[in-house]
Amino acid sequence: MDRRFLTVYWRDMLRYVRFRALLFSSLVQPALWLAFFGIAMSSSFDAIASQVPTVPGIPRVGYLTFMCAGVISMTTLFTSLFGGMSLLFDKNWGLLREVMAAPMARSNIVLGMGLSGITKSCIQAGIILLFGLLLGVRFFDGYSPFQTVIAIVGILGFVSVFALGFVFLSAAIALSMESPEGMQGIMTLLTMPIFFASNALYPIEAFPPVLQMVSAINPLTHMVTGIRYFAIGPEFSAIGRTFTYSTTDLMVSFGALCLFAAITFALALYRVRVARIT
Amino acid sequence: MQEEVIRVDGLSHRFDDLIAVDNVSFRVHSGEVFSFLGPNGAGKSTVINVLTTLLPIQEGEVVIAGRDLRREPDRIREAIGIVFQEVTLDRDMTVAETLEFHGRLYGLPRAERRERVDELVTLVELEAKRDVLIKYLSGGMKRRLEIARGLMTRPTVLFLDEPTIGLDPQTRSRMWDYLRGVNKEGTTIFLTTHYMDEADQLSNRIAIMDNGRIITEGRPYQLKNALGQDLIYLETDDNGRTQTVLGTQPSVTGVRRKGAAGLLVTISEDGTRILPRLLETLRLDGVTVTGINMKKPSMDDVFMHHTGREIRDEGPESFGAVRSRRR
Ligand SMILES: Nc1ncnc2c1ncn2[C@@H]1O[C@H](COP(=O)(O)OP(=O)(O)OP(=O)(O)O)[C@@H](O)[C@H]1O
Ligand SMILES: [Mg+2]
Repeated sequence: MDRRFLTVYWRDMLRYVRFRALLFSSLVQPALWLAFFGIAMSSSFDAIASQVPTVPGIPRVGYLTFMCAGVISMTTLFTSLFGGMSLLFDKNWGLLREVMAAPMARSNIVLGMGLSGITKSCIQAGIILLFGLLLGVRFFDGYSPFQTVIAIVGILGFVSVFALGFVFLSAAIALSMESPEGMQGIMTLLTMPIFFASNALYPIEAFPPVLQMVSAINPLTHMVTGIRYFAIGPEFSAIGRTFTYSTTDLMVSFGALCLFAAITFALALYRVRVARIT
Repeated sequence: MQEEVIRVDGLSHRFDDLIAVDNVSFRVHSGEVFSFLGPNGAGKSTVINVLTTLLPIQEGEVVIAGRDLRREPDRIREAIGIVFQEVTLDRDMTVAETLEFHGRLYGLPRAERRERVDELVTLVELEAKRDVLIKYLSGGMKRRLEIARGLMTRPTVLFLDEPTIGLDPQTRSRMWDYLRGVNKEGTTIFLTTHYMDEADQLSNRIAIMDNGRIITEGRPYQLKNALGQDLIYLETDDNGRTQTVLGTQPSVTGVRRKGAAGLLVTISEDGTRILPRLLETLRLDGVTVTGINMKKPSMDDVFMHHTGREIRDEGPESFGAVRSRRR
């Protein structure tokens, strides 16, 4: 088996740890989101939610805990969408010609980038989890150590597949673009609806039907569902509502993310195969 | 007869309706240094890009290192090294990392990689810069690194697209030394250049390309000898008359304008004997010669003769001007 995607991966990681400032900000920024937005929002939301009587037997969580899954998802989304950007820089000013001229299947390029996207996203997710727990996010509440491990594995599994989907998408876009500015524009255009038409910050049940449909096929919604299932539990109440995620919901969400990753992989592979770099 | 390492027959390449390469055929033999000369836009890089599999082959047959380009492009990729015309380096990687990366991409085993990196860093005298980021290297160092990278896999053929562009004369001549050394070790070299002296000194054979075609091909001395034994540069008070008069002389093979006031006369016999006779003829015809110079033809003259202009690197404006003047 050709394992040269590890070479592509190695180089991407080399750059990841080399740019200290970028690395640092990518780790600190989501923590800041959680700290400022999360705490500000939860102080007002939790006051409203406390007026709603608790349903016996269903654990109630604060807004900070509720939105933490959203912050993990959003961070993974940003990191992954920008993961393919390096391909654009390589194409315009760097090493892509050298990589393309090598006697190696082009799929290695896509796979290597995917792997580095997974690594970066899992590191970030871990940091947010840690920082969140310090800030008072009630993840893994009442879990045994074994259950906690399972939950973390589950979360990272969702993060990984989700990251793959968007890194591949980003790679496909990068290969079709001429300039970083253009790519930046497309990214902004993409992230807005993905982020806000999802259950990351608020429940989707109150959305108008069209938005609900968008949200239902939105990978971010499925990602958030997976994280909440593993981190909080299949049933909980937050912001005055009860949330129930069945095992079937979980499987559907995971399946949807896998499908998304498979489609974007095919797209990226096609783009990289037809690309001509001279 | 030596073994053919590159065999190109009837190669053509178009970009939309622009014919960049037009029915080009040539051979490169094992152990040779083969140069492509030609003005900007002649199609040199396009030929290299097709031969190195970066552009798809459209028309023609190409065999490199015994492999057919259409059927086994990956085998060809394994057999060649490339130094691209533009710098193709990651500014944020070190010298050693760049070579290591290349070795891995080409599937060299770890031990061999380490050994090659050490060897090549020494060869191109970058030992002191081994762990320095590429953004801190000078242009010449980057070019040397790229040559070293092209040699990582001990290629059968090394393709170099203007390897010495933008280098100072000392660095250039050092680069020639590396290339000669590499060539002596058995690597066949295919290079394009805009420096006539470089082509003249380095190559076993030269092909001159213009407008997508190979106009002439041969060993440097053959190309120069084909222009005749000597070149005479004349300035007279009536260049038009001189052209007519000299055109009738049997020993004169050509008279062309050169510069604003001069004429370049190519002759087929020894200039030291013929020049006095020509001057006498002109005097009898009432032409006054105001300046004179005689020299052996250089590669510049060969280039000039075949492409109708001297090579220039002044950018698109002057190129456009030359273009519109031709034919
Ligand atoms: N990717 C491309 N798309 C369209 N036209 C191209 C492309 N690459 C090259 N050309 C055109 O093909 C012709 C030959 O270009 P090429 O780069 O092969 O010239 P060259 O001989 O290498 O010139 P130079 O000495 O300036 O490097 C030029 O007219 C150029 O504009
Ligand atoms: Mg060129």
